[in-house]
Amino acid sequence: MGYFTLTRLALKWALSKPVTTRYPFEPRQPVPGSRGELAFTKESCVYCNICAKKCPTGALVVNRAGKRWAIDRLLCIRCGYCVESCPKKSLSLTPSHGTIAITKDREWF
Amino acid sequence: MSTEVVCELISADCLVDRVRALKQAGWRLVQISATRLPEAVELTYSFDRDRRLANLRLLALSGGPGIPSISGVYWCALMYENEIHDLFGVVIEGMAVDFKGNFYKTAIKHPFASVKPPAAVKPAAAKAAPPSPVPVTA
Amino acid sequence: MARTIIPFGPQHPVLPEPVHLDLVVEDEKVVEARPSIGFIHRGLEKLVEKKDYQEFTYIAERICGICSFIHGQTYCQAVETIMNLPVPPRAHYLRTIWGEFSRLHSHLLWLGLMADALGFESLFMHSWRVRERVLKIIEATTGGRVIFGTCKVGGVRRDIGPEAAADILKELDGIESDMREITRVFLKDRSVKDRMCGVGVLTKEEAYELGCVGPTLRASGVSQDMRQLGYAAFHELRFEPVTRTDGDSYARCAVRCGELFQSVDLIRQAFARLPGGDIAVKVTGNPNGEHIARTEQPRGEVVYHLKANGTKNLQRFRVRTPTFANLPALLKVLQGCELADVPVLVLTIDPCISCTER
Repeated sequence: MGYFTLTRLALKWALSKPVTTRYPFEPRQPVPGSRGELAFTKESCVYCNICAKKCPTGALVVNRAGKRWAIDRLLCIRCGYCVESCPKKSLSLTPSHGTIAITKDREWF
Repeated sequence: MSTEVVCELISADCLVDRVRALKQAGWRLVQISATRLPEAVELTYSFDRDRRLANLRLLALSGGPGIPSISGVYWCALMYENEIHDLFGVVIEGMAVDFKGNFYKTAIKHPFASVKPPAAVKPAAAKAAPPSPVPVTA
Repeated sequence: MARTIIPFGPQHPVLPEPVHLDLVVEDEKVVEARPSIGFIHRGLEKLVEKKDYQEFTYIAERICGICSFIHGQTYCQAVETIMNLPVPPRAHYLRTIWGEFSRLHSHLLWLGLMADALGFESLFMHSWRVRERVLKIIEATTGGRVIFGTCKVGGVRRDIGPEAAADILKELDGIESDMREITRVFLKDRSVKDRMCGVGVLTKEEAYELGCVGPTLRASGVSQDMRQLGYAAFHELRFEPVTRTDGDSYARCAVRCGELFQSVDLIRQAFARLPGGDIAVKVTGNPNGEHIARTEQPRGEVVYHLKANGTKNLQRFRVRTPTFANLPALLKVLQGCELADVPVLVLTIDPCISCTER
């Protein structure tokens, strides 16, 4: 039973550097292994449409005839299902959060 | 995993007596679950003692007589019974505290009362159909 | 004496999720509490008719943000039992490790919220500072901070290599000493004890009859923990449920503090015995049958009742979450309490309302 039991901890942290990041003045270091933005390599894609079928939210759209691939960044939940099922390994999840989405349109490649 | 669904099918009139016997033997109520079948709502009462599960099952026919409440035996059952009434529309008589449909605030009344037969559901229609993806030719 | 009805919630600074209580008050003493829920009802149980059973793991994980991993794990366990899949032991151990990390982060979150409810903001921030260290480990191994996304039907999707395991164990020592510092404040500080001792007493018989689960039950003296059922890797790990006998809010806080160190010990045991081998098994076909799976979430026992009929979609998916079982205890404990004790009592059962109304 004590009074002011937090004193030791409070003093220790008052005299050390803050543990929070001064974002946005300091950039945030992404944790390696984190599931962030989806990266697409256009050169190796064969437009087989497997990724669009596996996507649980319907964020991916593949136009086989016109050889176009699109992603709706706001619908993507970064689950990685498409990364696992792509036969040509053209998709990967980068650790960074990605840029802010300004419009609700799909991003076409 | 030591829990298998060992179910005993009973009728609504002997429900309260069976539950009272279980309570006196030291079982605790785990959950009351409801499944919508095409012609009835199937209620499953699960009880636990020493990490073993016992289940009682009964069918509540739509338009049939109401089910007696077991909240006189287990007071906590009223939460499950009110939820089943609010979601499935099953009439349960004699609840210890009857919220009269105000327990679960949903936009439509009895949202789980209807069910599509599984064969008629097309899984492909579930994902939002992507819009026609033909932009200006690259 | 005239009665007033004071609405508590759905928006209240102390609540992590919205629940509405109409408190019938006689001159600062609460006579009765009438709940009403449904603010986060998303109809997830009906969604099972549309999404196929493998995709549904994602939905099961997103029922709740705090206890998300164990929801996904219980769903996968239930489907694997129905389909009789031989899940490799390494996957069981990895699930156990991530489940215990999930318990650590959930209890640290609760400790922070409890300190916030008492008005002890600096302790709240310190608890969440320690929780950040846990979340960093989780993000490095699974990819997500709260929604892990590593459980799938048949196993897990990611592995933890030996160097990563060594780093985690070293970091865990630091986390454990941090936790000792903050739990010392929770259990010994005079101001915290004044607010929590003797508040909201539940006797052993009452707790058992009202159907309480989890730390609420164990703090009243009933030694019951669903991890003793032996699912995942728990049949090979040694642990004893943490119990107290007083049954008041202080006892519930002490049980959760004790479970923090129990989780650290379980993680160390699991890493020491981690077997080699595959992490997943291939899944073909559709489930057909019925199963009730029970696991221990940070808040108590969660019951998953699944019915499958041989098609890609399950017929019925019913979740009975621990907070739903603890709600009757909350209503009982609120009768006769002071109005100023209401936030402490509502938080002491660890309400996770988005689990309660899926």
